[in-house]
Amino acid sequence: MSQPDLEAALREGFPDAEIEITDLAGDGDHYKARIVSAAFKGMPRVRQHQLVYASLKGKMGGELHALALETSAPA
Amino acid sequence: MTDTATANPVHEWIANAVAEHPVILFMKGEPEQPRCGFSAVTVQILDHLGVEFVGVDVLQNDQLREGIKSFSDWPTIPQLYVKGEFVGGCDIVREMFQSGELKSLLEEQGLLAA
Repeated sequence: MSQPDLEAALREGFPDAEIEITDLAGDGDHYKARIVSAAFKGMPRVRQHQLVYASLKGKMGGELHALALETSAPA
Repeated sequence: MTDTATANPVHEWIANAVAEHPVILFMKGEPEQPRCGFSAVTVQILDHLGVEFVGVDVLQNDQLREGIKSFSDWPTIPQLYVKGEFVGGCDIVREMFQSGELKSLLEEQGLLAA
């Protein structure tokens, strides 16, 4: 999955978010995403990450092998 | 956990396994020989904390490999369960380890001496 595609999917899922994507291996398959969104407020981390995976509509674990996540709500 | 837990034999097996073992890690490979970097990191953290855990190699069984993903509603492996509760995958476990939350959780559950 290309970085622009990943970013577009995350932006669609979290329109208000501050999103920062790092390509960890340069192979289009291992990314790190830092997402700061009000949508995460009051949620345990597992739920925050589940929300991110849901925005990727099943691509995680398939088309996208590795996405390290760092999620939080705005301070 | 979903409503289909009882209808799906793999989900039933997983539900029993997480109820039976206080700390259980669904991973790729065996704890002694992980076959994925993310599983290896998670095992290292648990070993470092010195907590006893059971590792289940999902690569031994395709039904289990897919079943654990739908059971937890989580698309990746490894997956850590503590006292029947899904804690998270590699990133969350690492974050919780670094912040000290994982150690506190295990201590609160009586799985590590405080």
